[in-house]
Amino acid sequence: MTAEKSDLPQGTLDLLILKVAALGPVHGYAIAQRLQQVTRDVVQVPQGSLYPALHRLENRGLLEADWKESETGREAKFYRLTRKGRAQLETEAASWRRLAEAVGLILRMSEGGAE
Amino acid sequence: MSWWQRLWRRKQLEEQLEKELRFHIEQHAADLIAQGHDPEEARRQARLALGGPEQVKEMCRDARGTRWVEDLWHDLRYALRTLAKNPGFTAVALLTLTLGIGVTTVMFTVINGVLLKPLPYMQPEKLVAVHSQTDTWNTAVYGEQNVAYPDFLDCQRESHSLEMGGMLFNGATLSSPGEPEYLDLREVTSELFSVLRVPLFRGRAFLSEEDRAGGALVAILGYSFWQRHFDGNPSVIGTSVVVDGRVHTVVGIAPASFRPGDQEPDVLTPIGQDIAAYLHNRQAHPVTVFARLRPGATLAQAQSELGLIGQRLAKQYADTNKGRSLTAKPLRPEVGDVRSTLWLLLGAVTLVMLIACANVASLLLARAVSREREFAVRVVLGAGRSRLIRQCLTESAVLGLSGGVLGVVLAAVGIGPFVKFWPGSLPRAAEVQLDWRVLLFAIGVSLFSGFLFGLAPALRAPARHLEQTLRAGARTVVGSSRRLHGVFVAAEIALAIVLLVAAGILGRTLLRVSSLDPGVNIHNLLITRVALSPSTLADPAKIRVAWQDILDGGQRVPGVESIAAVDTVPMREGNNQLGYWTSADVPPQNQLPFALATSVTPDYLKVMGIPLREGRFFNVEDRIGRSPVIVIDDVLAHQVFGGQEAVGKRLWIPDMGTGPYQVVGVVGHVRHWGLASDDQALVRAQLYYPFGQVEDGLLRRWSELMSITVRTGVAPLSVVEPLRRELRGTAGDQVLYEVRTMEQLASGSLGTQHFLLLLFGIFAGLALLLACVGIYGVLAYLVSRRVPEIGVRMALGATPRDVMQLVLRESMEMIFAGAGVGAIAAAVAARLLARWVAGVRSAEPWTFALMVCVLVAAALFASFLPARRASRLDPNSALRQE
Repeated sequence: MTAEKSDLPQGTLDLLILKVAALGPVHGYAIAQRLQQVTRDVVQVPQGSLYPALHRLENRGLLEADWKESETGREAKFYRLTRKGRAQLETEAASWRRLAEAVGLILRMSEGGAE
Repeated sequence: MSWWQRLWRRKQLEEQLEKELRFHIEQHAADLIAQGHDPEEARRQARLALGGPEQVKEMCRDARGTRWVEDLWHDLRYALRTLAKNPGFTAVALLTLTLGIGVTTVMFTVINGVLLKPLPYMQPEKLVAVHSQTDTWNTAVYGEQNVAYPDFLDCQRESHSLEMGGMLFNGATLSSPGEPEYLDLREVTSELFSVLRVPLFRGRAFLSEEDRAGGALVAILGYSFWQRHFDGNPSVIGTSVVVDGRVHTVVGIAPASFRPGDQEPDVLTPIGQDIAAYLHNRQAHPVTVFARLRPGATLAQAQSELGLIGQRLAKQYADTNKGRSLTAKPLRPEVGDVRSTLWLLLGAVTLVMLIACANVASLLLARAVSREREFAVRVVLGAGRSRLIRQCLTESAVLGLSGGVLGVVLAAVGIGPFVKFWPGSLPRAAEVQLDWRVLLFAIGVSLFSGFLFGLAPALRAPARHLEQTLRAGARTVVGSSRRLHGVFVAAEIALAIVLLVAAGILGRTLLRVSSLDPGVNIHNLLITRVALSPSTLADPAKIRVAWQDILDGGQRVPGVESIAAVDTVPMREGNNQLGYWTSADVPPQNQLPFALATSVTPDYLKVMGIPLREGRFFNVEDRIGRSPVIVIDDVLAHQVFGGQEAVGKRLWIPDMGTGPYQVVGVVGHVRHWGLASDDQALVRAQLYYPFGQVEDGLLRRWSELMSITVRTGVAPLSVVEPLRRELRGTAGDQVLYEVRTMEQLASGSLGTQHFLLLLFGIFAGLALLLACVGIYGVLAYLVSRRVPEIGVRMALGATPRDVMQLVLRESMEMIFAGAGVGAIAAAVAARLLARWVAGVRSAEPWTFALMVCVLVAAALFASFLPARRASRLDPNSALRQE
């Protein structure tokens, strides 16, 4: 583990899972892989909390799951976004973007600009 | 998958979870191997990356949202197992709880039926009682005033917001078919059944054309009367019955539940056919009105509408209706004075229940202390504090609910006898049944008590000083639990003292009031009502002759010493309270002082054994046409004339006639309201007037009220049959009814006190027993925990006497603390009793002291047994337990 890795901000794991699932049916391990690749190992995705989060989203009806054959020929649980999940993803993504912009604006303020 | 599916498909979910995680780990491992890792190492890393499959599984299970149900199920099974493993403990706790919840549920069932349930009619909230009111009416003495029949008819015709029905209490003689019998007759308007929405059991209600003068003579039978007199024969409909000498056709049978005014009538007839003068006079107000709000109408509308009608009537019939208004309010069941008795009893059973809870709590606590090690182990293994508390509370809830189920069974069995033993008749007795409210109450009490007795042990559960507990093994020194045990024992003692003192005070009260002088000689005295032959009732002269014949005939019966007629009998239901004044300048009625007026025949004084203090009593010369005379009792004499000579003075009694009435004698006071209640009665003063001076117009009404009192030389009930035969009359339809002895009436007047004493006695006994068991249990437990310590003490030279003192000192602390608190609470309880039960005085220091002593003695005895066992310990084996 390197020192540059930072923890996921609270509540963003759900958002990331939804985003990955939006690209098409995907199983838990693939989600973990994808998250790691995409975030280029910058963000620490705790694998232990991945499955409880998946199950929670499934129980809330944001994800749907089927058992299908995976690329390696074994049966795996594939998650896919429901309509409700898509709506949730859009609202959360939008609010995340607004937040990120706002934080970015503040950080871009020149130090002397206040004077 | 819904929550329910997740709950039921638990096994399938578990398998899938396992499979999903295995897939993850194996894929990860395969990837790592592909990157060149050693297979063994790859699998290890994959597992590490996931972070412990079992923990992940737990978190996934939490995500299902069904966790608490599964936990509850586990706890339930665990609780049942532990209870089954300790049959002794379980039996004692269940028995205690069953008794406690059982008696509480019985009391609540009665309170529910009598006080809480709505009236047993459809949409009872729409029912309205209508009364009439004037400024001068004394509601405190007479209660609310009913409505004049003509006023009722006007209201019924003009009201748009109410449908109205009316009822008149009356009596009548049924002379055929079968034995002549005196009936409880109700004259009702044809609408009454439809207003109350009561369907007839058989046949039909009255038609409106039958409810008027000259309509066809028809009758409806009450259910019980139909069962009693006609053996429940349904073909009675269409046959004829002779009521008051007139042939009526039976058209229907009322259902058993039809009890307007909480009394089941024998026979009903249409009120409109009654041509009695008083019924058509706006000055008499005999009609009880039942009304129902029409759809959409509100009570406020009905009130303002009745107000307007009342004003119009007051203008139109100024001579009779001036100042009179009509009121409407929600119809409520009439339950009389049982309310206070019921709440008192509920209070008593609540105390019993609390004692039961304290008892079970200390038992549970003892168990919790010995389970401390088990809990400590569980905490070490990762159980959370709230989880342990939840488990303890589940156990006590299981105990509470099982006790509740058994308690409800006990209540179901016990409620019948309880209602039967109620002194007199319990109002609304038919409605006292187990229903969903009672069940809800029982469940509530069970859970609440489970919480109550489970809380203290549960809060102990998460063992503090874990390692100390673990190291100490099973023999922790019980410091804080000892204090808690002490509190429970003290609470039991305090509660038991309240019940014991209450029972003692009631017993003392009964002893005291039973020895009071009732004012009459109650022995060998028979009281019975007589219904004159219907054929005599139309003619006042015939009525006077009939009464004289009754007295003469009765006198001839062997065993009868003397006989008199009287309208209201001491200690029986019924009285006639009249306002009086000492000058002709009489103020409005609600400002008058009141006295109990009784009309009697001349021999009354001799028959009853009432002492004559001054002047004379009545004789045959005091009849209509002579100057009106009265005799007063010494209470009235004292109230009005102070110490002065009363004989020869005059009183004005506006409701009896223009008067004035001359006082010709003073007699002793009679406890009319019963032995216990008379001292507190609102109206105690008495006056007598001769039956011979009752006006002709009132004679018929008076005849319906009169009783005869018979002084006998033999056992009074033995003359009943000869008397019945002798007084049957020429037509054979003159009947005796409500036959009582004066002794029965006197003891009946103490019925409530007897009943309360019986129940409080039982409850106090239960409380005493439970408290003793509690003390015994707690001390036995504490002693057993201290065996090693006692062993050390004895090894160091303590004598058995010392050990005994050690244990007894501990119990004395608890007992005296409880007794102190209990004495204060009992003093409060005594005040409540004095306020609610006639004849009770709150200051009974000797009873008080005696009862406290009884309890302390019993408690000391209960603690003596464990103390003795401690003193007989063999120090060798005691030490070896260490």
